[in-house]
Amino acid sequence: MDDTPDEPLAVYIHWPYCVRICPYCDFNVYKQKTDAGLTPSILSDLQGWRDWSGPREVSSIHFGGGTPSLMSAEDISKTISQVKTLWGLSEVCEIAIEANPHDADEGKWRAYREAGINRLSLGVQSFHDPALKLLGRDHDAAQARKALKLAVDIFPSVSLDIIFGWAGQSETLLNADLDIALSSGAQHISTYQLTIEDGTAFAKAEARGDIKAVDSDKSADFYEGVRERLMAEGFEHYEVSNFAKLGHRSKHNLAYWKGRDYVGVGPGAHGRLTVEGTRYATVAEMRPQDYQGKVSVSGLGLAEKEALSQTAWAEEYLLMGLRIEEGISLKRFEEIAGVASRKKIMQELIQNGLLRRDCDKLKATSEGRLLLDYVIENLLIW
Amino acid sequence: MTVQKNIRNFSIVAHIDHGKSTLADRLISFTGGLSDREMSEQVLDNMDIEKERGITIKAQTVRLEYKAKDGEDYVLNLMDTPGHVDFAYEVSRSLSACEGSILVVDASQGVEAQTLANVYQAIEHDHEIVPVLNKIDLPAAEPDRVRAQIEEVIGIDASEAIECSAKSGIGIQEVLEAICDKLPAPTEGDPSKPLKAMLVDAWYDQYMGVVVLFRVIEGTVKKGMRIRTMNTGANYTVDKVGYFLPKPTDTDSIGPGEVGFLTASIKEVADAAVGDTITEDKRPTETALDGFKPAQPVVFCGIFPVDAADFEDLRAAMGRLRLNDASFSYEMETSAALGFGFRCGFLGLLHLEIIQERLEREFDLDLITTAPSVVYTLDMRNGESQQLHNPADMPDVMQIEHIKEPWIKATIMTPDDYLGGILKLCQDRRGVQTGLSYVGSRAMVEYELPLNEVVFDFYDRLKSVSKGYASFDYQSIGLKEGDLVKMSILVNGDPVDALSMLVHRNNAESRGRQMCERLKDLIPRHMFKIPVQAAIGGRIIARETIAAMRKDVTAKCYGGDASRKRKLLDKQKKGKKRMRQFGKVEIPQEAFIAALKMDDS
Ligand SMILES: Nc1nc2c(ncn2[C@@H]2O[C@H](COP(=O)(O)OP(=O)(O)O)[C@@H](O)[C@H]2O)c(=O)[nH]1
Ligand code: SF4
Ligand SMILES: [Mg+2]
Repeated sequence: MDDTPDEPLAVYIHWPYCVRICPYCDFNVYKQKTDAGLTPSILSDLQGWRDWSGPREVSSIHFGGGTPSLMSAEDISKTISQVKTLWGLSEVCEIAIEANPHDADEGKWRAYREAGINRLSLGVQSFHDPALKLLGRDHDAAQARKALKLAVDIFPSVSLDIIFGWAGQSETLLNADLDIALSSGAQHISTYQLTIEDGTAFAKAEARGDIKAVDSDKSADFYEGVRERLMAEGFEHYEVSNFAKLGHRSKHNLAYWKGRDYVGVGPGAHGRLTVEGTRYATVAEMRPQDYQGKVSVSGLGLAEKEALSQTAWAEEYLLMGLRIEEGISLKRFEEIAGVASRKKIMQELIQNGLLRRDCDKLKATSEGRLLLDYVIENLLIW
Repeated sequence: MTVQKNIRNFSIVAHIDHGKSTLADRLISFTGGLSDREMSEQVLDNMDIEKERGITIKAQTVRLEYKAKDGEDYVLNLMDTPGHVDFAYEVSRSLSACEGSILVVDASQGVEAQTLANVYQAIEHDHEIVPVLNKIDLPAAEPDRVRAQIEEVIGIDASEAIECSAKSGIGIQEVLEAICDKLPAPTEGDPSKPLKAMLVDAWYDQYMGVVVLFRVIEGTVKKGMRIRTMNTGANYTVDKVGYFLPKPTDTDSIGPGEVGFLTASIKEVADAAVGDTITEDKRPTETALDGFKPAQPVVFCGIFPVDAADFEDLRAAMGRLRLNDASFSYEMETSAALGFGFRCGFLGLLHLEIIQERLEREFDLDLITTAPSVVYTLDMRNGESQQLHNPADMPDVMQIEHIKEPWIKATIMTPDDYLGGILKLCQDRRGVQTGLSYVGSRAMVEYELPLNEVVFDFYDRLKSVSKGYASFDYQSIGLKEGDLVKMSILVNGDPVDALSMLVHRNNAESRGRQMCERLKDLIPRHMFKIPVQAAIGGRIIARETIAAMRKDVTAKCYGGDASRKRKLLDKQKKGKKRMRQFGKVEIPQEAFIAALKMDDS
C-alpha cells in the first residue's frame, strides 16, 4: 500500500470557547470569553504531533471552533509560527480562521492578516433578521453585511456560511440572502440545510412540536434553487454544501474529503495520521482542563487513538470522497479496503443516475449528491 | 398433623395496588415466617416481572403459624392468587382451595372494577369475606365512606371492617384475629380415606424441578406415595412433601384441610394440569373433583426472530418457557413477510406481554411480534367447523357459511367526568351497553364487546380517555356470529401477510384508511413512490402513497464528522436487521404493531 509520508499535511486547531451557545450547535463548545491559558497547551500538542508524524509539509492551517476569532492575534501568530517551525509550510499554504459577524473588529482582523491568516470564513447564516433571531444568532443583518464587507477588504479569500431551510423561509427570502452573498465579493459560499441534531435545544423544541426546519421536500427544492443560482453566477459546486470561485476552494476541507492526513489539536479536535501503512483516528480530550492536563503529562492531548481497520478506513475514504466533485479513486479504495468493490450495487446506482464512472474515478451525480447518505448506505451496508 | 378446626385457608382479593402484596408480607413478618433481613420487598412476587409490574402471575402459598388471643394455635394458609383476568381460571382454582377471603380495599380509593370482579368470584366460591380498609395512614383515607360503599356496591356487611395500614403496620394483628375468628375451618375430612387433593398450581423450580401446590380434601399425601393425576392419568412417586413458611420446609405427610407442596420427578409443568385431582394410584378416590378445564389460549400472535439466525435459539427459549407455563402454546409458522417463527397462544394480552418480555429479557432475543388476534370459529358450507388462529390463513370466503368471534362482558368503573369518552370508546369498538349505575360519584358501566376489539389497545385507550382513573375487568361470555371480513394490506402492490386482519364489515373502510395512514408514516421513504393499500378480496378500500425520497444527505461533513458518520453506518448495519424486506420495500419491525394502534379520534 502506498504510504503517504510525502503527502501534504493539514492542521486543525480547535478553539472551544464561544461567547454564547447557539441552540442548534452540536460542537464541542464552552461558554467563556477568556482563553484560560489554552494556547501553550496547543503549542506543546503540536510538538507532540510533529514527533509522531515525522517531517511533512503543511498545506493548510485551520482555526475552527467554537469561536477562534476570540483568540488574540498574538496567539494566532505564535501558533502559525510553531507549525511553520515544526513542519514548514507549502508555498501556497492556506491559513484560515472562522469568525462571526458579531465580533468583527477591523484592528484585530488586520492583525490576523499580519500574522499570516489569508482566508476568513464568516458565519453569516442569513441576512434576514427574523431568521437570525430564530437561529439564535447574536448578530443582526446589518452587522453581517458590515462584517462581510470588512472581511472582503482585508482577506484575499473570504467564505461565508448561509443556512437555509429554517421554518418559515420562502424562495423569495432564500433568494434575498443569496443576492447579498453574491454581491459581497466573497469567493466561497457554504450553504447548509438546517438540520436538527439530537440533543440540541432545537431537537427538544421539535419534540415539543415547535418546528424549526422546513420539510424534506421543501429543503430539496431549496437545495436545487441554491445550486442553480450559484452555478449561474460562476461558482463551482465542488462539494455537497460548498461552492467556490476558481482558485478559492477550501484546501483544508478538501484534505478531509480526499482522505488526507490532518493534525487535530485543541479540545475535542479529531485527527487522522497515516504511519507505516496504518491510519490512526484520534480525538483530543474534550474538556479544556482535561486537554491541558493530558498535554502536560503525555505531550499529546489525545483522549482516543484508534488504529482504523482496513474496512473502516475504506469506508471513510468513500463516504468523505463521494461528497466532492472529483469523487474517489476505485483503485485507491480497493487498495485500502483490501477487497474488490461491490460492482453490482455500484452498477445499480449508476443505472439509477446517482453515480457515475469516469475511468478509475467513481463520482456522485448531482442527483446522487442530494441522496448521498442513501448512496453510501447502499454501497457500504449489506 | 394439624387439628383441622384450627386450619384457615384464605386468599386476599383486591384491586391492583390496593395493598395485597404489602399486607401479605406484613402477615408473614408478624407471624415470624421470616426475619426482617429476609423480608426482601414483597416476598410473594418472585419473578422480576412480577416485582416490576406489581402483579402476581403465579399462585403462591404461605403457611403462617399464629397463636391467637383465644390461646389456640392456628395454621393459616395464605393463597396468593394471580391478580389479572388473563389468569381467571387459575384464580378460580386457588379460590376453591380456600374457605374465606380478605377483601382489601384502599381506603383512599374505594371500590374498583377488579375489587368487584374478584370479590364476586370469592362469593361465588362460597367464601366468608373479611373486609379490610387499607392505607388508613393516608390523609386522603375515608374509611367511613368506603365502608358504606362496600355495603352498597358489594352488598356485604362492612360494619366490622378492619382499618389497617399494611405499610405502617397498623391493624395487622386485628386482621390475623379476624381470620381465626370469622373465617370457617375447612370441612372435616377423613385422613384415612383414599386421597383426594386438588392440584392448585405447578411451576418449575430451578432446584426442585416441577413443584406442585395442592390442597387436600380427604386422605393424606405422604412421602414415597405413588400418586396419580386423574384427568391426565399419569403416575408419579412423591419425592418430597412440604409447606412454604415461606421457605420450602419438608414434612412427612399432609392431611385433610391443609395446603402444601410436593415434588415427584414430574418432567414438565404441562404434565401437572391446574385443577386436576391428585389421588393415590393403588387406592384411588371414587370421583374426581369437578371444575377441571384444560388450559385454553384465547389470544394468538406471531413471534419471529429479528435476526433469522436466532430461530433455533427462539425455539429453545420457547421450550424452556413452556416447561414452566402450560397455558402458553407455540407452533412453527412461516410468513412470507417475516420468515420462520412461531404462532403462539396466550391466556390474554398480559400473558402475551409477559412471555414476550421474558423471551427478550431472560433469553436475550430480539423479536418481532405481530398483532394479536383472537380465535375465530369458521362454520364452513360443508358443515365443518374450523378454528382460525391467524388471519393470514383465512380460507376462501365462498366456503364459509359464517364466522363467529369471542365476546366478553366488560365492567368499567370511572369518575363521572370521563364517562362520555368511555362510552364513545366502547361504542366505537362495537360494544353493546348492558348496564350503567352509580356508586357515589363513580359510574359503573357494563358492556359486551367483541374480544377482538379489546385485545389490542383497548386498555391503553381506556387509560388515556380516563386519564388513568377508570378501572376495567372482563370475563368471557362465549362466541357470537359477526359480519367479519379479512382485510389485506398491500405495500407496493404486494400483500403483507403479517398485516392482514379480520374486521367488521362496517368498520373496514375506516380501519383500512387508518392503517394506510399509519403505514405511510411508519415506512421510511424509498427511492421510488410506494402505494400502500387496504383491500377486501380484490377490492381496494383505502390507499395512501409514500412519496419518493428526494433528499438524504448530511449537510456538514468535516474532519470531526468522519468517525461519527462511520459509527452511524455501523448502527445502521445493525438496524438493517430490524427491517424486513418486502419486494423492494423495507419495513421496520415496529411498524407491524404500531400500524394497528388506533386513535379512536
Ligand atoms: N400509604 C400506604 N401505602 C400502601 C399501603 N399498603 C400498600 N401501600 C403501597 O401501595 C402500593 C401497592 O401495594 P401492593 O402491595 O403492591 O399492592 P397490590 O397490587 O395489591 O399487591 C405500594 O407502593 C405500597 O407501598 C398502606 O397501608 N399505606
Ligand atoms: S458560535 Fe458556532 S460554535 Fe459557537 S455555539 Fe454558535 S454555532 Fe456553536
Ligand atoms: Mg402485588
